[in-house]
Amino acid sequence: MNFAVLQFPGSNCDQDCVHVLKNVLGQSAKLVWHKDTSLGEVDAVLVPGGFSYGDYLRTGSIARFSPVMQAVQQFAANGGHVLGICNGFQILCEAGLLPGALVRNRSLQFRCEQVYLKTVTKNSPFTNQVADGKLMRVPIAHGEGCYFADEETLAKMNANGQVLWQYCDVNGNLTDDANPNGSLQNIAGVCNEAKNVAGLMPHPERASEAILGGDDGKAIFESLIHALQNKGAAKAA
Amino acid sequence: MKAKIIITPKKAVLDPQGQTVERALAHMGYQGVGKVHVGKYLEIEVEGDKATLEKQLDEACHKFLSNPVIEDYKLEIVD
Repeated sequence: MNFAVLQFPGSNCDQDCVHVLKNVLGQSAKLVWHKDTSLGEVDAVLVPGGFSYGDYLRTGSIARFSPVMQAVQQFAANGGHVLGICNGFQILCEAGLLPGALVRNRSLQFRCEQVYLKTVTKNSPFTNQVADGKLMRVPIAHGEGCYFADEETLAKMNANGQVLWQYCDVNGNLTDDANPNGSLQNIAGVCNEAKNVAGLMPHPERASEAILGGDDGKAIFESLIHALQNKGAAKAA
Repeated sequence: MKAKIIITPKKAVLDPQGQTVERALAHMGYQGVGKVHVGKYLEIEVEGDKATLEKQLDEACHKFLSNPVIEDYKLEIVD
């Protein structure tokens, strides 16, 4: 599969994403500069973490108006798969591609630590390869990861199965202590109604190799690759 | 002319900064201090027809300068 990994001034997880896609998962991945107006022939887009445009004004607020994001809007509108990680999640929310918004952590601290994630539903292109009942141990590193959406939006998201991951403790309980940023319903990641766009605050690309302390995060990329392969097979048939 | 824009977090959004300031004010002994909301203030130098500017900046506030999911804004253009 061909992946486009976006690169904004201030992105800092772009190379990690390319590394995991290429060297760990054997996919093709290229960096696409924020000023590019076209994504080229790609199967999926990754919006990586970092501090695009210095996080000025609001996280992701300036990046969403960059030329490449107009191409991503079009790509997503045509059913293309897009995954945003950390700052990428913030950008996709600002762009209106995902519901809700991410605000300052409840603690007002930048939190950089390992968390446990519960996968709420396997019925998405981003979670289908997560083992049943598996709690993923992945790192977070953010100051603005507190997920917010109004009650009506949240109810709709829950009904549609759009909440994909929640912060939990080591036993899978959704406790307040296990919530690193004050997100509503311990939400760590969500997808859009059509389920082709998703975002999460934790960094699966930093937890995709045993040598880095764990490879739980790999299941998210494997899910996406699996979904893209099925999509390709369906097209060919 | 100057455009003055005040952006505040919506009441339903967790505002830990506001809460912290609120507690600090109480701790310092200030009486009668209630809820605190910490927002942003933007001052933009502008030139041109006031009505047109107001329309344009209102759009910019809605689209870019604030995020309507989490924030409210007040726009004012003064001489």
